[in-house]
Amino acid sequence: MPTIPATDNLVEVENVNFAYDSRQILKGVSLNIRRGQVVAIMGLSGCGKTTLLRLIGGALRPTRGEVRIGGKAISRLSHEELYALRRRMGMLFQFGALFTDMSCYDNVAFQMREHTDLSDELIDDLVLMKLQAVGLRGAHDLMPAELSGGMARRVALARTTALDPMLIMYDEPFAGLDPVSMGVIGQLIRRLNDALGATSIIVTHDVAEALDLVDYVYFMSEGAIVTQGVPDELRASDKPFVHQFVHGETDGPMPFHYPAEDYARDLQATEGA
Amino acid sequence: MSAATDVLENLGARVLGAIHRLGFASRFLLLTLRNSGMCLRRFSLVTREIYFTGVLSLIIILVSGLFVGMVLGLQGYDTLERYGSSAALGVLVALSLVRELGPVVAGLLFASRAGSAITAEIGLMKATEQLAAMEMMAVDPIGRVIAPRFWAGVISMPLLAAMFSAMGVFGGYLVGVRLIGVDEGSFWSQMQAAVDFREDILNGVIKSLVFGIAVSWIAVFEGYDAPPTAEGVSGATTRTVVTSSLAILALDFMLTAFMFRGV
Repeated sequence: MPTIPATDNLVEVENVNFAYDSRQILKGVSLNIRRGQVVAIMGLSGCGKTTLLRLIGGALRPTRGEVRIGGKAISRLSHEELYALRRRMGMLFQFGALFTDMSCYDNVAFQMREHTDLSDELIDDLVLMKLQAVGLRGAHDLMPAELSGGMARRVALARTTALDPMLIMYDEPFAGLDPVSMGVIGQLIRRLNDALGATSIIVTHDVAEALDLVDYVYFMSEGAIVTQGVPDELRASDKPFVHQFVHGETDGPMPFHYPAEDYARDLQATEGA
Repeated sequence: MSAATDVLENLGARVLGAIHRLGFASRFLLLTLRNSGMCLRRFSLVTREIYFTGVLSLIIILVSGLFVGMVLGLQGYDTLERYGSSAALGVLVALSLVRELGPVVAGLLFASRAGSAITAEIGLMKATEQLAAMEMMAVDPIGRVIAPRFWAGVISMPLLAAMFSAMGVFGGYLVGVRLIGVDEGSFWSQMQAAVDFREDILNGVIKSLVFGIAVSWIAVFEGYDAPPTAEGVSGATTRTVVTSSLAILALDFMLTAFMFRGV
C-alpha cells in the first residue's frame, strides 16, 4: 500500500501542459481529486478532457508539470511501477473497447487470469458476481458483437472493476446511449464507486446526467480549467460560460465557429478563382 | 529546373521516409522478440494463433499445391518427352517444388490469406481501443497480442510450405503416372535418387522459414502501425500483401543466389 499523504487527495494534477507536436492541448491544468469522490471533468468535445484522462492513466507524459497518484509522480515511475499502479486502476473506454474475440465472460475474467493465481472455480464465482452487479449474468456467454451499445458498456464496466480498482476512470461513459441505458450506467457508476470504496473520474459532456451523480465538477475549455464547484453551485452559476454549457445554448462565450479567415474575404477569393 | 528539383526532392523524401520506417519496423521487431517470453511460456496463446493462421490456411495451400503439381506434371512431361527422358518427370516435379515453388507460392498464399488477416485484426483492435484498454489493464499488448501472432506465423509457414510441396508431388504423380502413364517405378526411384536432403529439402525449409519471418513481421508491424481509421486499416492490409509478396520474391532471389552451387 502506498503511504497515504497528509491531504486526502488521490489524484493531483499540477500545472500540466501537454502538446501533440506543435498543437498545444493542455495549458497549465491543475486539479485535485479527493479519495472516495466521483468527480466529473466537463467541457466541449476537443477541449482536452480525454487527453487529461490519458495523462492521469500514464498513457501520455506531460510536457510540463506533474500528475501524482497517491503522492507518486506518474511520469517518474518505471515501466514495472506504472504497470503495478495500473493494476489498481480501471478505465472504461468510450465505446467499451471489449476484446471482440472473447465472450463477455472471458472479457471480465481477462485481468483475473493475467494478474492473479486464482483457481478457475474462484474466477468463475468472481466473474458471475461482477456480471450480476451490472445485471448481465445471463449474457455471460454472448460475444461483444451480439450486445447492444448499452449492454457492451455495462460488460466493459464489469471488466473495468474486475480487480476492485482504487481509481476508476470513465471516458465519455454516456456517449451514444439511449436515455434508459444512460440512467442505468449513471447509477452503476455511483453504486460501484461507493461499494468498492473507490474514486472515480468521469470525463463527459452530458451535463444533466453527470450533475445528478457526481460530487464535484471541473469545467474545461480550450485546454484549461475555467471553473469548478459542487453541482448545485454550477446549476446556479451565472458565469456566462457555465450558463451556456449547462443550458446547452448555441451562442455565448464558447464560439460556434472554428477559427477562420475573414468571411467576406474568403467568399471574394472563391469568386475571383 | 524547378520541376527537376521537385522530382529530386520528392524522391529524396520518399527514400528517407522508407529508411525511417524500416528503422521503426526493426525496433518493433526487437521489441516483439524481447517481449516474447510470456507467449513462449504460455504456449497455448501461440497454439491458438497457429490455428487461425496455419490450420485455416490449409485448404487454400493444399488445393493450390495439388493444382501446381498437376500443371508441373503436364508441362514437365511435354518438355521432357522431346528429349525422350520422361522418366525423369518425378525429379523435375519434386525439385521444382521443394527448392522453389513450394516455399515461394506457399509464402505468397500465406501472405494474402493469413498476413492480411493478422494486419486487419491488429489494426481493428487498435482502432477500437482494445490495445489501449489492454495497456491500461497492465497487460503488455506487444507480448499478449503481437508476439503470439508473430511466432504462430513463423512456425506455420515452413509446415504449410512442406505440405504444399507434398501435395504438389502427389499432383504430379496423379497426372504423370496415373493419367499420362509414365512408369511409376522410375518416377519414384529417380526422384528418390536425385533429391538431396541437405541441398534441396533443407534449403527449401530455410527459405520457407525466412519467408515466414518476413511475412509475419510485415503483417504485425503494418497492423500495429495502421492509422486507427477505416482507410488506415484497409491501406495497411493492402500494404501487407504487396510488401510481403515483393519481399518474398526478393529474398527468394538472394537466398537462391547464396545456395546455388552449380556450374
